[in-house]
Amino acid sequence: MVKKDTIWKPSAMKKIEAIIQPFKLNEVKDALKDIGIDGMTVTEVRGHGRQKGHTEVYRGREYQVDLIPKVKLEMVVASERSEEVIGTIVKSAKTGKIGDGKIFVYDLGDAIRIRNDERGDAAL
Amino acid sequence: MKLVRLMAAACAALPLLNAQSQAALEAEIAKLKTAVAAAQTSGDNAWMLTAAALVLMMTGPGLALFYCGLVRRKNVLGTMMHSFIMMAVITLLWAAVGYSLVFGSGNPVIGSFEFAFLKGVGSAPNTDYAPTIPHLTFMVYQMMFAVISPALITGAYAERVKFNALLVYSIGWAFLVYFPVAHMVWGKGGYFNAYLGGAIPVFDFAGGTVVHITTGISALVCALVIGPRNGYPNEPMKPHSLVLSFTGACLLWVGWFGFNAGSALAANGLASSAFVTTHLGSAAGALGWLIAEKIKMGRPSALGAISGSVAGLATVTQGAGFVSPFAGAVYGLAGGLICFYMVAIVKNKFGYDDSLDAFGVHGIGGIIGATLTGVFATNVVNDALKLANGQAAPLGLVDGNSAQIGNQLIGAVVAIAFAVIGSYIALMIAKITCGGLRLDAREESQGMDLAIHGEEGYNLEA
Repeated sequence: MVKKDTIWKPSAMKKIEAIIQPFKLNEVKDALKDIGIDGMTVTEVRGHGRQKGHTEVYRGREYQVDLIPKVKLEMVVASERSEEVIGTIVKSAKTGKIGDGKIFVYDLGDAIRIRNDERGDAAL
Repeated sequence: MKLVRLMAAACAALPLLNAQSQAALEAEIAKLKTAVAAAQTSGDNAWMLTAAALVLMMTGPGLALFYCGLVRRKNVLGTMMHSFIMMAVITLLWAAVGYSLVFGSGNPVIGSFEFAFLKGVGSAPNTDYAPTIPHLTFMVYQMMFAVISPALITGAYAERVKFNALLVYSIGWAFLVYFPVAHMVWGKGGYFNAYLGGAIPVFDFAGGTVVHITTGISALVCALVIGPRNGYPNEPMKPHSLVLSFTGACLLWVGWFGFNAGSALAANGLASSAFVTTHLGSAAGALGWLIAEKIKMGRPSALGAISGSVAGLATVTQGAGFVSPFAGAVYGLAGGLICFYMVAIVKNKFGYDDSLDAFGVHGIGGIIGATLTGVFATNVVNDALKLANGQAAPLGLVDGNSAQIGNQLIGAVVAIAFAVIGSYIALMIAKITCGGLRLDAREESQGMDLAIHGEEGYNLEA
């Protein structure tokens, strides 16, 4: 039931996945809103990179905690905007200390808005 | 008010009575005596019913919360049930035969069936034990001690025991350990009850030997026989919510006033003394543990603070109504420091999995308390024990009775022997009747909540 004028045309989109410090979430969200990015998915995640975890002690027993809480933001943007978005995230999420997180960028095949079958850029 | 009115009436009547018969005066005095006794019963009974309720609150929610916060999330309900089920099972067992086997007059080791199914236990006092409160109040107050005791042990085998095995073991434990030891120390004619015809005096005000030594040692036996949790000690088994444990520990602290001050069995000065002694013990216990932890581990932890307070309380229980209030701080400090050492250092060296440290806290705290009571017990605080000439008997070393430390240790050793042998037999009965003591490996990894009860503690998506 896909309408003819909404049939997919190849268009360049990027998926940006940023893993950041949880306490930086609001700052990053606000900064992205300021540059007109208003769609994203946020997940609470646990993991570690080069930042090692910490030690907890309960009644003398030590526990090495490797997986530390982080927040993952996912968003899809038109390719020409991706550098601007990446720059905004880096600027707003940075503390300069180990554990600030990472950003991964993917080429995206397609995007579909479920409500009205719009595809590609129009669906963003 | 009633009393004041009566006394006023009596005084007003005096000149009149001079002219009247002697009999009328005697009748007035008898009336007055009845009124005084009724007033005392009213006050004592109000406090003792409250104390009984406070001790029940120690099991649920106190201990249930304290323990359930220390286990992993998947075992939270199962762990709470370990405490709660005792409130059901041991309550009925106690009313049926337990009370009679402990407080009925039998031989020096065990009571009799004279009060079985609460026969003859009514609102008239049992003058052997508590002459100012209804026998029923005394019975239900002592019941709460029998309820919390097997619940304390459950900390040793948390997260892996079968539910039916736990029930069989706990009932067997009540018969083989708690009933005889409680009778020996507190029952009429009990071997260690100097007040009611015992041979060797062991001073145990609120259950340092009867409750904490028996449960602590039994906990160690259970941990050794049942074996460690799968994955212990390599897999992380962190407490899932110290917030719950904190709440539980605070309820235990408050409930302990019922446990210790209530053991005066009246709303009197001795109850106040035991109350303050207990409070100082808990406070010093928390500080003792924190100081040891700061020195050994570098940080004073929240779990350390609450563990120390429970250790202090377990330690001070034996002496609460025998020692001067500030001695309570000595008990607490010793309990906090030594229990920390047992739990954080010794346990990890030996590698047994006393999961929630029932042995390290209650067993060790109980033994320290039993010993210290031989030192600090004094007839300045508790003069109930009389010599043949009617004077108060010297109690501990501070009264010049150097033999008492030895007596206390004999009591402790006998309690330990009952706990070891009784627990082992009860475990074997449970093992045979329930086809094993432990959940199978798949159930254990799934967690008690789902595997045993078919529920989850936290349905966050519901």
